[in-house]
Amino acid sequence: MSSVPELLTTPNAGRASSAAVIGRDREPVVFELSSPGRRGWSFRATGMPEWDAAELVADAHRNDAPPVLPEVSERDLVAHFTRLTSRNYSVDLGAYPLGSCTMKYNPKLCDVASSVPGLTGVHPAQPAEQTQGWLRLLAELEDVLCRVTGMTAATLQPAAGAQGELTGLLLMRAWHAAQGSVRTKVLIPDSAHGTNPASVTLAGYQTVEVPSDARGLVDLDALRELVDDEIAGLMLTNPNTLGLFETDIVEIARLVHDAGGLLYYDGANLNAILGEVRPGDMGFDIVHMNLHKTFAVPHGGGGPGAGPVAVAARLEEFLPGPRPALDAATNRYVWTTPPRSIGRIHGWHGNALALARAYSYILANGGDGLQRVAEAAVLNARYLKERLRDVFDFPYDEPCMHEFVGSAANVKKATGVKALDLAKRLIEEGFHPPTMYFPLIVDEALMVEPTETESPQTVEAMAQAFERVVAEARADGGAAAHAAPRTTPVSRVDEVLAAKQLRLRWTPE
Amino acid sequence: MGHYVPHTEAELAAMLGFLGLESLDDLYAHIPDAVRLAGGLDVAPGASESDVLARIDALGAANQPAAGGFVSFAGFGAYEHELPAAVRALTFRSEFVTSYTPYQAELSQGVLQALFEYQTMISSLFGLDVANASLYDGASAAVEGLNLAAAATRRKVAWVSAAVHPNVREVIRTLTAPRLELREAPIVDGVTRWPDDLGDAAAVLVAYPNVLGCLEDVADAARRAHDAGALLVAYADPVAAGLLRSVGSLGADVAVGEGQPFGTPLGFGGPYVGLFATRQAPYVRRWLPGRLVGETLDADERRAYVLTLSTREQHIRRADASSNVCTNQTLIAIAAAIHLAWLGSSGLRELAVRCARGARYAREQLVRIPGVEPLADTPTLYEFGLRTPVPAATVLERLAEEGYLGGVDLAPHYPELGNALLLAVTETRTKAEVDGFAAAFEKAVR
Repeated sequence: MSSVPELLTTPNAGRASSAAVIGRDREPVVFELSSPGRRGWSFRATGMPEWDAAELVADAHRNDAPPVLPEVSERDLVAHFTRLTSRNYSVDLGAYPLGSCTMKYNPKLCDVASSVPGLTGVHPAQPAEQTQGWLRLLAELEDVLCRVTGMTAATLQPAAGAQGELTGLLLMRAWHAAQGSVRTKVLIPDSAHGTNPASVTLAGYQTVEVPSDARGLVDLDALRELVDDEIAGLMLTNPNTLGLFETDIVEIARLVHDAGGLLYYDGANLNAILGEVRPGDMGFDIVHMNLHKTFAVPHGGGGPGAGPVAVAARLEEFLPGPRPALDAATNRYVWTTPPRSIGRIHGWHGNALALARAYSYILANGGDGLQRVAEAAVLNARYLKERLRDVFDFPYDEPCMHEFVGSAANVKKATGVKALDLAKRLIEEGFHPPTMYFPLIVDEALMVEPTETESPQTVEAMAQAFERVVAEARADGGAAAHAAPRTTPVSRVDEVLAAKQLRLRWTPE
Repeated sequence: MGHYVPHTEAELAAMLGFLGLESLDDLYAHIPDAVRLAGGLDVAPGASESDVLARIDALGAANQPAAGGFVSFAGFGAYEHELPAAVRALTFRSEFVTSYTPYQAELSQGVLQALFEYQTMISSLFGLDVANASLYDGASAAVEGLNLAAAATRRKVAWVSAAVHPNVREVIRTLTAPRLELREAPIVDGVTRWPDDLGDAAAVLVAYPNVLGCLEDVADAARRAHDAGALLVAYADPVAAGLLRSVGSLGADVAVGEGQPFGTPLGFGGPYVGLFATRQAPYVRRWLPGRLVGETLDADERRAYVLTLSTREQHIRRADASSNVCTNQTLIAIAAAIHLAWLGSSGLRELAVRCARGARYAREQLVRIPGVEPLADTPTLYEFGLRTPVPAATVLERLAEEGYLGGVDLAPHYPELGNALLLAVTETRTKAEVDGFAAAFEKAVR
């Protein structure tokens, strides 16, 4: 028998193997699957004259060779990315109680709704006359988001929560400028998400931190000391990042407004209060929503999301434009730009297909269904917290809303097992871990948000899993937790090495 | 109502009983009455799947989509390309769609490796060392490029070419207003005329090709920027990268762009994906915005991937962070990576060549029409401007009646160009379609 050609024994090239799934082998980088000259592409026959590259582009502009990309067959491409999906956890696989992220089930209905050709095929620069369906969808979504939040008008442009925050702060800035008032500072509770202060800086303001009191709520006495005529506003998440409702909200709003400031609602936790409380009724002037949390736009491994901003009437004239509006005379939708608009936030009209998902989710649930969403979200969290009362400490023990923050400080003290180790051990129990080490004001924080789409049985199973891993840590001194996870495609990864060697792209070995 | 809340009435009662509560309303008992909403939301009751889809279908039917509804020549930053079935199928895998940002690396190797591959491909397209794991869209990437330049140079002035897409320039104006001073360099015969003295600029922003489709002299812009101590930020078309010299090789310090052409439908403008690449030293460790995936080892010394350099990011640095970006556009970035891998080097070249062939052929047919002239004498690739004897809006209306989306009217954005129409031709257009279009065009400009 003649020898096997070397070309055919290249370790990875074109190898469609499930070893990465069932053998915990490493999955090659797609470039490693390349075989020079192999291709999966094909194009439509167009009948165009076949000018070559040199005839089309002058030497000064033409590259000598195209950029280096993988050269794989479609079959190997599909095998590769399918194997990658098998190395990833997701909501569709199981519970994902990741606090502050609202990892609820994403209805398949919304996948279908956002994929209809009448929506996906529309070019963003087409005249309004050709895109009446889209303008109507966006106008109706603005309207319903205002009804949910108790606000007057909205922009759908911001692509994510953080962009919504920056938009809201720029609106705040524009409003103060229009009053002829120069303000330099924005108040933020010490429990706030890190994007809040980062957005404040980008909006040209300074962050002033408001301490939390013993309840985990805004310290009213401290707030009274801090509000003055330098304050542009207060950014508040309510329920806050501890999962607690700021019960002094009426007084907080009065203090900020009396000082001439505006009240900004970070909608990260809106899921807890749908149909129960509206930011507008609490006195908020500006509200951003995370449609990828509350309104079930899937997180996509970290985007795309959508972060619309709704405002009170006095801020409407500053909103980004263009906005969709129904022209009463013609009964047709048109684009309008508010008279004192801060300008565009997005290259086009926002993450339109994500907006269509949220729109279909709201239609499916309706006003009654959204209220039930909030109630079940709070019920699941309240139940889980009570079940874990003997497992973790609760330094801020007010009634929780849709999420709660426990502390593993006691476990760490007794066993040396940190919140991180417990989280990794929980993976082996079949659950995605909760958020760790946030908010910063809780030692060894574990922030748990079961969401409303998990059944009571799943929530109870989560409670038992937490009980087991903590009891185990107390029994074995943390041996199992420190070694976890052992059931995943890779074991615990070395983050320090990653930052040190900084290998950010594949290169041939 | 409540299609997706699984609790039965009996289960609700059992859980409430465990908590010592009588009703769901009791869950909110600690909230002051003054702010409670009485009577629920003023929003229509929930609808069935079929009713929701009927509503969506009706809205879709009220649109005339560029792709499918027209033979389209519209570009202007959003392009109709063939979307391979494999790319669609893989992008819709729910393990990608329904996962969160990959903070838990051990559970997220799929997304992390896909992003690592994406970073490799994007850095290759632009001829730069490092790409991040994506930003919101081309416009936000441009903003972050200027932010990086301002932070790295400790300067505040940015020179922006007027031939950068007008929406991108508007987003830059909105988002940098509190911090940067913007100066605009005008367009002369299709390309940017830079001033002789750029002053103490932090950044120079040039598009390649620019919004009119023209090929700028990027190397010249880079020299001018570097002479002034500024960084060159190039807003680069990733499809054109199949044929044009990489902006990195032409001297760009930062490349940004819109990744929509790879794996993403027109979708009325979003979600798209912002491309961002730069040189590793000295920029990455301190100033690179957005998520970044790095290679590492697991406890058993196997290759693994993890989000890295998070110390740059807002959740650690808070008010001192150089960017507030938290979410990026992972799913769209993965779609782009899958599409780029499907194309490969030869396919990307072929794609760019086919677009350029179609555009050259279309342009040759159209400029033969009396009264129709090229907008500029500068070379173009697959997008080009025409001057028309009647307003472009009129031309477009007449073409629409014949089933053509004839391009984009430039008058609202560049009134100084007169009756100006911008057209793009991609690999999707056939010679027969272009011939039919040229015939309709000749009638439409009369």
